[in-house]
Formats: sequence, structure tokens, C-alpha cells
Amino acid sequence: MNPPPVRQARSALSLWGERAIEWIIRLCGISAVIFVFSIFLFVFLEGAPLIPDLNWIQVIFSPEWYPTSRSNVRYGVGAMIIGTLSVTGLAMLFAVPFGLGAAVFVSEFCGGRLKETLKVVIEMLAAIPSIVWGFIGLSVMNHLIQTWLPAPVGLNLFNAALLLALMSVPIIVSIGEDALKAVPDSYREAALALGATRWQTVYRVLLPAARNGLLAAVLLGVGRAIGETMAVLMATGHAVNIPTSLFDPIRTLTATIAAELGETAVGSPHYRMLFLIGLMLFSITFVVNLLADLAVRGVRRQ
Amino acid sequence: MNPPTFTATPHVLRKLRRERLAALVLSGMVLAMVLPLFAIVAYLVVKGAPLINWAFLVTNPTDGMRAGGIWSALVGTVYLVVIALLVAAPIGVLCAVYLNEYARESWLTRLINLAVVNLAGVPSIVHALFGLGAFVLFAGLGRSILAASLTLAIMTLPVIIASTKEALNAVPLSFREACWNVGASRWQTIWRVVLPNSISGILTGVILQVSRTAGETAPIMFTGAVFFKKVADGALFPYALTDQCMALSMHLYTVTTQVNNAPEALPYAIAVVLLGAVLLVNATAIIVRSYLRSRKKW
Repeated sequence: MNPPPVRQARSALSLWGERAIEWIIRLCGISAVIFVFSIFLFVFLEGAPLIPDLNWIQVIFSPEWYPTSRSNVRYGVGAMIIGTLSVTGLAMLFAVPFGLGAAVFVSEFCGGRLKETLKVVIEMLAAIPSIVWGFIGLSVMNHLIQTWLPAPVGLNLFNAALLLALMSVPIIVSIGEDALKAVPDSYREAALALGATRWQTVYRVLLPAARNGLLAAVLLGVGRAIGETMAVLMATGHAVNIPTSLFDPIRTLTATIAAELGETAVGSPHYRMLFLIGLMLFSITFVVNLLADLAVRGVRRQ
Repeated sequence: MNPPTFTATPHVLRKLRRERLAALVLSGMVLAMVLPLFAIVAYLVVKGAPLINWAFLVTNPTDGMRAGGIWSALVGTVYLVVIALLVAAPIGVLCAVYLNEYARESWLTRLINLAVVNLAGVPSIVHALFGLGAFVLFAGLGRSILAASLTLAIMTLPVIIASTKEALNAVPLSFREACWNVGASRWQTIWRVVLPNSISGILTGVILQVSRTAGETAPIMFTGAVFFKKVADGALFPYALTDQCMALSMHLYTVTTQVNNAPEALPYAIAVVLLGAVLLVNATAIIVRSYLRSRKKW
């Protein structure tokens, strides 16, 4: 006996609609790849015509940044690279111990309501816009540093590093806490059963076990600090200068672009140079994020 | 017979002392993070409060931005945020749907995930360069609200993708299997079962991006935000999409660094309004999230 004919339940229109939607979803799926690629492409294309005219050794190592000089234009970003590295390094000196310490405290030393509250507070800390941080650096910290510390100017390396530390700490805490949470509870139970205190469990068992995740947390914090623009523009003093002390004004790569792009003519060499600095920043943060991703992947494999 | 009593050896005492010390130091580290937050917010509010009232919010800056209110900047920020999220949310959600519901583990999904991570790490000033090169110049949008919003949209996209993926992931597989078993197609399952069950998580993720978008300055500086633009006081829709606009974040930057002898409280008041808006939106999202988590059905 023949089976009864299957009735087509859905109209052709609905089937085609579904197929169209699935294609749109696929397109959106690769959108992130398209955007990363086009960011690289557009920044590169705007900067590229200047590349043959530059002496790269001089660009990277020379501290002489005179992009608008009439007689002798020089594009040396050495001082800004050192500025970016020093402010990021100093910020991490504050942020890494405090961030990881806070992550350990939130994850292991408190529970219940206190934990939830602290997580919310940290989320709020992360939500403060960078322009507000910059304003705090300019108005509050500037004043405090001049009053309490032996510094001739309040807008300097130290000021900006403190701001950057406060800005990157929330990332380090939340990713670090995730990394600690990913350690199986059986590790903790085994340590406790042997009579270890919580602190012994943390530094003998959890920190080694969550090593990769904590490294990723630190790297993402570094990435955030390198790319930060408005806060460092307002708080560093913005002087092209190789710092010799904590209280010297400096200038970073990001702040240079933000401060000068508005004053350059589209297509001029100075404009193209700023895009090349952007390309450097893109490459640096790309590598840092790639390393962080590899570290996280290492965690998953375990 | 009495139970045996434990006497602490010196070793145990040392261990316990270290434990107490560690707890003390670690909680001190948390305090060192939390206290500045409260101190700063309190300081800004105290300094800025005298200026803030209804008239400050709904009138425009006057006298070279030394007097008057912040209406044009406030509305400009709302324009930028709404348009940016209207663009970013659908793309981000569909991208997450692709990654979580359609794609199998392959080199392509690895590439997409890597791109999402890296897009999230691109510095905001590089987004500004991209917006200038791609939207303002190449696409011919000029410096406009549209160009600035699109730049912001690309910046928020990776975070929306990540939070949506998490929300989709929280829907149990058994829900989908039940739906497939009654003959629904993949898209029908997503539309009728997966999205309705994850919509609250998706929305919270998007709302949290409102505050991030509202606070950004660098990406809009060269793509559409201007120092000053005259609009009518209290006008609800003062800008066209092709206009340039003012924005709160940019206004704070301008008043602090470019305007001479502005009244001392003015930048504090602007900062408080910006900060208040951001924290209010975030607090709402967090409260909604914890409420929804508490009444989850599975």
C-alpha cells in the first residue's frame, strides 16, 4: 500500500525566507573578520603613501617629533614609544598585584552577598568613561600630586599611570576571577583535606593551576592600558620627552593622534604619519591580544 | 571519657597567622580599589551639584560655553548611542547566533572568535582613524552623526557578540532537541525557542553597552562630534543624520581643555551628568539581570 502523500506544510515563500535569513546570519557571522580586516586595510591605505619617504630607523628611535617644522620636518616617535611603554609599565606595576589580589579575594576569601556586591562595584569601576578619568587626572590628581609629592608639575607619568591602573584593574579582576573559578573544586577540596589554609591553597594550588588564565588577564589589562587615549591625553602633560623620573611629563602614541589629527589637512604627510602611528598601535595591541587568546586557549586545553 | 583536645603546634600557629595576614592584605587591596571609586564620585558630585538642575539639562550652552546648560550635548549623545546600538545589536546578535547555533568547530569559527577578541582590543583612537578613513572619506558620509555612530557601532560589536553568545549558551540543549524532534527547522527553533529564552540576557548585554558608547570620546572626535553647535532649547529632534552634533563626553573635553575661564563648577557638573547617566544605565541593567537570574526556570 502506498503511504499517504506528504502534505507540504510550509509555503515556498516561507522556505525561501528561511534560506535568506540563514544567509544573512552567515554574513553577520563573518562580519567581525571583515571589520578587523578593513580596519587594518583603511588605516594602512591612508598611511601607506608616506612609507617609502620615511627612514624607519630614525622614525622608531629618534625622539625628534617636528611634524610641522618649516625647514626640516622630522617624524621621530621614539619618545612616544618610550612614553607609552613607561606609562603602561608603571600602571601595570600598580594594577597587576592589586588586580590579582582582588581577584583572589573575591574568588576565594569572600562569599555570598559580599562577593556579589564587590563584583557589581568592580563592574561600575569599569564603566567610568575614560574622559571622566582624564578630567579627574586633570583636576583632582593634578592638585593632589602638586600638594603632597615633590613634583614640579602635576600632569606627569605618575598621574597617568595611576589613572591607567584604576582603569585596567577591573579587567584584570574579572578575567582573573573567571580563571580562578575555572579551577575544579576538587583541587580546593584536596588541598583543604590535607589541612591547608585558604591562603596555602591559593598560592600552592590555585595560582599555579590558573596560571594561564591569570596571564591572559594581565595581558588584556596591558592591551587596555596601551590603547587608552583620552585619559593619558589629559593627564600626562603631553610633552614629547623621554622621562627620567616618575614626575616627568610624557606623551603617548595614542594621545599624539588624538591631539594632532584635527589640525592636519587630509592627505598631508603629517596626516599620513598619524595613520602610520595608528597602524603601529593596531599591530601592538593585535599581538598582545593574540598572546592573551593563546593563554586562554591553553587553559581550555587543560 | 573526654574527647582528645588539639593543641596547636608552632607550625599550625604560623600557618594561621599567615592566613589572617593574607586575608587582611587582600581585603586591603580590594579597599584600595573600591575607596577611590566612592571618593572620586563623591568629590565630583559635591563640586558639581550646585550647578545641576532641570534648567541646566534642558538649555543650551551660551556665552562661548561658559554659561547655560548642556541640552545640545545631551541630545547628541542620545542620538549617537541609539543609532550605534540600532546598527550593532542586530549584527552582533546574528553573529553570535551563527557562532553558537550554526557553525561547527572549524578553522572559520576559530578565525571569527579570534577576530572578535582582537576587535575588542583595538584602541579607541584606531577606531577613530578607521571611521575617518572608511565612513567620513571613503563612503562620503562626511563628518556626521551617521559616520560617528557607525564608528561607535563597530567598537561595541565584539562585546555584544560575546555577551549574546553567553546568553545563548545558557539555553539548555534539551530545549533545542525537543523542538527539532517535533520537526522544526533550525531557524524556527532559534526564533521560537532559543531567542525567547535568552532575550533577557541579550538585552542586558546590549544595555551595558549603552554606557560604554555614551562615554567614548576618541572615536567621535574626528567623525562627527563638534565643539559647538547651536540648536533650539529643549528641542527633541534637533539634529539630522547628516549633521554634526555635540556630545557629552566631547563637551567635557572641550570645556576642560579648550575654554578659558569657564566657571569652576561647570566641568564638574558635566562630568556628574555623564557619570550619573552611565552608572544609572549600568545599575538598571545589573538589577534586571539579577532579578531575571533569580527567577530562571531551569
